[in-house]
Amino acid sequence: MEIVEHYFYTKEHEWVSIEDGETAVMGITDYAQESLGDITFVELPEAGLEIEQFGQVASVESVKAASDIFSPMSGEIIEINAGLESHPELINKSCYEKGWLIKLKISDAEEKSSLMTADEYRSFLESL
Amino acid sequence: MIPYIANTQDDVRDMLKVIGVKSVDDLFVDIKPGHRPKSFDLPPGVSEFEVIEALKAVGSKNLTNIKLFIGGGYYDHYVPAAVPALASRAEFYTAYTPYQPECSQGTLQSLYEFQSSICALTHMDAANSSLYDGGTALYEAMRMAARITGRNKIILDGGVNPIYQKILKSYTTNLHIEFHETTVVHGQSSREDIFKGLDDKTAAVIVQNPNFFGTIDDHSDICARAHDKGALVIQNVYPIALGILKTPGEMDVDIVTGEGQSLGLSLNFGGPYLGFMTTRKKFIRKMPGRIAGETVDKYGRRCFVNTLQAREQHIRREKATSNICTNVSLCAIQAGIFMALLGKEGFRELAVTNQKKAEFLKGLLEKIPGVEVKRSSPTFNEFTVCLPKDTAVVVEKMIKKGFAAGFPAGRYYKGMENYLIIAVTEKRTKDEMMAYSEVLKEAIQ
Repeated sequence: MEIVEHYFYTKEHEWVSIEDGETAVMGITDYAQESLGDITFVELPEAGLEIEQFGQVASVESVKAASDIFSPMSGEIIEINAGLESHPELINKSCYEKGWLIKLKISDAEEKSSLMTADEYRSFLESL
Repeated sequence: MIPYIANTQDDVRDMLKVIGVKSVDDLFVDIKPGHRPKSFDLPPGVSEFEVIEALKAVGSKNLTNIKLFIGGGYYDHYVPAAVPALASRAEFYTAYTPYQPECSQGTLQSLYEFQSSICALTHMDAANSSLYDGGTALYEAMRMAARITGRNKIILDGGVNPIYQKILKSYTTNLHIEFHETTVVHGQSSREDIFKGLDDKTAAVIVQNPNFFGTIDDHSDICARAHDKGALVIQNVYPIALGILKTPGEMDVDIVTGEGQSLGLSLNFGGPYLGFMTTRKKFIRKMPGRIAGETVDKYGRRCFVNTLQAREQHIRREKATSNICTNVSLCAIQAGIFMALLGKEGFRELAVTNQKKAEFLKGLLEKIPGVEVKRSSPTFNEFTVCLPKDTAVVVEKMIKKGFAAGFPAGRYYKGMENYLIIAVTEKRTKDEMMAYSEVLKEAIQ
């Protein structure tokens, strides 16, 4: 199971990468994409939307289930991965890079203290 | 006759013991004695033969030989013998929900063909495999528009079937939907009213073509104005009329619904009927209900499956697009067979025959002094006349002569007590129409 070292993680299996203290990119983890199976559709919000930490921000449909995706941090959505509309399978193929979901202008970088580090997420997965 | 509950006295005693109550009556202690029936007044059991005789006696009270000139959303069309003959095959008749495509190809393909025919008829991209009936389909379309737009104001045209209007209002009693009701002017949807109501809170404009008074409209301008405001247009249609009318797709409608009873289903004393729905490709994930889709199996052979199931309750739970996770398969298959049987040319011919016959009756009725045929707008196979007296009385008199004269508009529209809405299908003969005209002449004396 792939986990990226400097990313932060949620219990709902989202990852977030804080770029420069102001923007962050989020997606779902390798564990999440593998549990969901082949992803067939991603419903993303529109840019400009303000979102609270742990608020519902997207949903991902796979052949097995439809799952809500929650934002790891608060902020304003500045970009969505438009490529997922025609190629949702990018999440299965490359969940930490090409399969990213949303780019945020974050309102409080300190919110990361309520997220898990890569090590903590690894132990969390082992406990499941 | 034996009771159909097969538990013996011993079974009952054992079950009561397990749950820890003394008697069956103890299971109902929460229902206060005043609310319990003293008895069900059921007669003692009788033989099958006696039951049949008793039911026949009740059935004989039905009027089975009246000539139907009444429509109001449900029409007396001919059902070709091939339709029930094919639809009643056990493979269709007893089939369950096709969750297992490996053993449901026949049902799935038939539903796929039904959907394809409905799309061709409406000129829209995608259809679901049916909803309960026209009225509930319209309600589902309204909710769908609210989901898509994130808005809750609905502009409801007065020409929409009043029975459907009632359904919309009763279903939304506890929902946050705000209705803005508009009028019908000379048989057409009031542009003035609709455009006045259209704003950036509007989820959808709901119209009907032909409308309840039978008149035909072209809603293209309403679609354009609604889209400018980010609102959708929902059109309820009479499928037979689409054989000759400008289609909702051509008008740029967003969601189309309709009652499919006229597509090879009998009037059936009110049901089961068939609701259909079509929409644009971009909205398919917001569309309720089941969709049969075409795909290929692992050998690359064409096959069919239920598709887009992730919108549905059994996967999405409370986030499902609607509580509708089902369809009326047998009715849809029947309609699919009907459309395939007629084909493109046959369907058009059927529509033309309906329209021509209605025009013939209009001509006859116009010659009756005191009867005014409304001609401010073109009509399909249903039209409105104004009589010199209360329509309800006329209808009452004519039913005794073997004619269901039409739909008394006053039943739903205040001030229209003298208006009668008359439908003519391909089944009505020239002789029947001439007789109708004579009987109406007498009835208004």
